[in-house]
Amino acid sequence: MERAAEIELARQLLAGDPEAFDRFVDHFRAKIFHYSQIVCGHREDAEEVVQETLLKVFENFDQLRDPEHVRAWVFRIAKNACLMKRRKSVYAPRQELSLDEFLPAMGADGDPVKIEIADWSGIPENGVLRSELQHVLEDAIANMPEIYRSVMLLRDVEELSTEETAQVLDLNPDAVKTRLHRARLLARRTLDTYLRAKPQPVEEN
Amino acid sequence: MASHQHDENCKKMFALLSEYLDLELPAETCKEMAAHISGCGPCSAFTESLRKTIDLCRAYQPQELPAPIARDARQKLLEAYQKMLTSRRS
Repeated sequence: MERAAEIELARQLLAGDPEAFDRFVDHFRAKIFHYSQIVCGHREDAEEVVQETLLKVFENFDQLRDPEHVRAWVFRIAKNACLMKRRKSVYAPRQELSLDEFLPAMGADGDPVKIEIADWSGIPENGVLRSELQHVLEDAIANMPEIYRSVMLLRDVEELSTEETAQVLDLNPDAVKTRLHRARLLARRTLDTYLRAKPQPVEEN
Repeated sequence: MASHQHDENCKKMFALLSEYLDLELPAETCKEMAAHISGCGPCSAFTESLRKTIDLCRAYQPQELPAPIARDARQKLLEAYQKMLTSRRS
């Protein structure tokens, strides 16, 4: 569903139009489920978070001040529901990962031309490789430290703005940017490793 | 010496790449970065791979869906919605 259609549904519900109810429930159930499954890490927890979040959403729908931000508003409620469920991760880094960790390895003599990056130019829009990469990406996100995972889900998958993400997660916008960059670097590195391990297609002459 | 300089520049770019791709940098910084990236093979390849990582995220459609919602669960939500409407009106 397009963002605009989602905002329209929220407007209809605020205006008391029950026609929008089922569509709103079905649309956001899938979104909240996906977010909370990745954040909580357990399917049963995620199913509960979906119901708890939607209940809070409808109980407090009149507190949604701006339908334009309905997605961020719902995710903020979902985030709080997840926090109640979450088993504390022992992998949460105490401080941000250093950027130096992500610099691609140089060639033996430090020549940056020999930098080790896979060939990303041939990634197709559709097809087997694309869907393989989607799976690798899903694993990469699921295995990230939690502080990076939520930012990447909200910014790059759900396409919330930096400010909206900051509001959902109670962070300042600079922290969102810092974490998003590291999350993307982590995901990129996993995808790059996967691509490099794949046999290269034979070029036809 | 020149190659060291080059390396430092790349590192500076590297820290700002996400903001560069999100168009969140001041125009001047953006222009400087575009100029550097277009003239630097490794930075250009890296930027492209980061851009494609973001594209893959945006195109991502989760395969797994929640179990179908039970009738009484949906009813509970509908009641919460109707109650909210009633209390707002009163």
